[in-house]
Amino acid sequence: DWDDIPPSSALEVISEEEAVQIIAEPLLPIQSSTLRDYVDHSETLAKLVHLGVDLSQVEKRQKAGQLLLTLDFEKDVKKILLFLKDVGVEDNQLGPFLTKNPYILGEDLEALETRVAYLKSKKFGKSEIAQMVSRAPYLLLFSVERLDNRLGFFKNELGLSVKKTKDLVIRLPRLLTGKLEPVKENLQVCQIELGFQHNEIQQIVYKTPKILTASKKRLKQTFDYLHNIMGIPHHMLTRFPQVFNSKLLRIRERHMFLAFLGRAQYDPAQPSYVSLDQLVSLPDEVFCTEIAKASMQDFENFLKTL
Amino acid sequence: MAAAGLAGLAGLFAVYKPAGVAWSRVREAVETRLLRELNAAPGRPPRQRVRFLPAPAPGGGGALELVAARVPVLADHPLVLGPRFRKLKIGAGHRLDVKASGVFVLGIGHGNKLLTDLYNCHLTKVYTVGGLFGKATDDFSDTGNLVEKTTFDHITREKLERILAVIQGTNQKALLMYSNIDMKTQEAYELAVKGLIRPMGKSPPIITAVRCIQFALPEFQLEIHCLHETQQYLRKLVHEIGLELKSSAVCTQVRRIRDGVFTVDDALPRTQWNLQSIQEAIRNCQLKVETELEKTLGHGENSPLHQLGGDMAEHARQERP
Repeated sequence: DWDDIPPSSALEVISEEEAVQIIAEPLLPIQSSTLRDYVDHSETLAKLVHLGVDLSQVEKRQKAGQLLLTLDFEKDVKKILLFLKDVGVEDNQLGPFLTKNPYILGEDLEALETRVAYLKSKKFGKSEIAQMVSRAPYLLLFSVERLDNRLGFFKNELGLSVKKTKDLVIRLPRLLTGKLEPVKENLQVCQIELGFQHNEIQQIVYKTPKILTASKKRLKQTFDYLHNIMGIPHHMLTRFPQVFNSKLLRIRERHMFLAFLGRAQYDPAQPSYVSLDQLVSLPDEVFCTEIAKASMQDFENFLKTL
Repeated sequence: MAAAGLAGLAGLFAVYKPAGVAWSRVREAVETRLLRELNAAPGRPPRQRVRFLPAPAPGGGGALELVAARVPVLADHPLVLGPRFRKLKIGAGHRLDVKASGVFVLGIGHGNKLLTDLYNCHLTKVYTVGGLFGKATDDFSDTGNLVEKTTFDHITREKLERILAVIQGTNQKALLMYSNIDMKTQEAYELAVKGLIRPMGKSPPIITAVRCIQFALPEFQLEIHCLHETQQYLRKLVHEIGLELKSSAVCTQVRRIRDGVFTVDDALPRTQWNLQSIQEAIRNCQLKVETELEKTLGHGENSPLHQLGGDMAEHARQERP
């Protein structure tokens, strides 16, 4: 009965053994904007930190922190980690993978398996699928219809053979997870404004697929400087499309230094020819000593006169 | 350690801004590079805590007993905390627009307070301005829309230097007017002899000295010492010089070679924007900046400029209750 047993009071005298067994820790906060308050008390979060997941980045994403707190390591997370290992993601890559895509831990295992089976049916090898998944963590979140749609889009737009399209997608799987309109617009820009022929565009895209996701303004500015001011014809740019990936400032400074020294020769028929990919990709010291045949100090003094 | 790195980052230093880049991008690039180097240094070790963890009993198999162990607190793990430094207080001195290049003063931490003091010193800046005769565009530079084309064969170096002398004369009058100094005193004469007269408050752009460094038709180069100017004003000046010479001119290059006490030799090029070079630059420029500030602003208001004029009207306003 309610009235028979009086409730125990907080000021009651208790024995020493009972007092030791009471564990009184401060309560966990009900609301918090960081995962730091919960990481010591949650086994899932602790195990994820030991795997290498960067929780400070994950907590900035929308609802990702909440998802991780509600999951249980033994029941949900372990299955998906074993599945990822099966697909071929390496152990030391699991941490960065989950940092970029924590939502995969909330996905249905069967849906993920169907998508991997679809990729295998399209004749992607096991190591190739592993590479694609590590480089584009969001790939397995796309449903089979979406993946099919996107692969078809690239085959139609670029007009390359099936083998070459697959090779492209393996090297830059980001194409499958990004938006498709900017890619279409970039292809139009290359054809209409920059004046490349269709087969030249195919060659450039096969060598540097990053052009498809570059910003149009930057492409136009870089091309304008290379073609009009440095005087490089279209066929040379088709041979070395890496120049489109580098910063305009870098190309400009290095070209002006070479022009000042009288070594700006980009025609392979002439002597003391400087190839475009060396102009762009070499680090500063190597560029100064090998190509410009001057010291780093001269380069810095020249930079200050521009 | 990182604390030592941050301690050396308090003061003023100059950076060489490349052309074609906005000044805010330059400031952000310097900030990003410094943050990357500061965050690369190891941080504090995590706190330790005593926890009772289950471990197999030493006697027989199966039974688990609680064993006390010292474990690092996971809330201090670097992957949970994130980067130690997320922002740095970097302030910019006199700004340069996108097409101009040259010495650009930046201040870090406590140096930002010195930036306002340097601004109040009203020191002159020196620019190298390159021009081209024969064209006129709508924004006075060579990348604008063409407005007219003229001949320029009649221009000689003497005619140019005559125009520059006229400009210098009118600006000298403006200088004396805006510095609010009573010309009839002995102190004013002494200051004028030393060349220390300048406006200590707001004023329109004033050119204290111009000279022609190079003259090879149709190109020419001028060295301009000025106060309170903007780079577009200098381009407009080139355009007006063209008009005065009965032709037209556009400005091809605006380059700042001195900003107060910072010269091109003190400015760091893009390859040297790292923690060590910046700390060294701050140390080297510290003495120069302090002497200049002492000379002009002084302790309190004992410097002659302040005694004479400058803000005479302001002082009068302050005295009135």
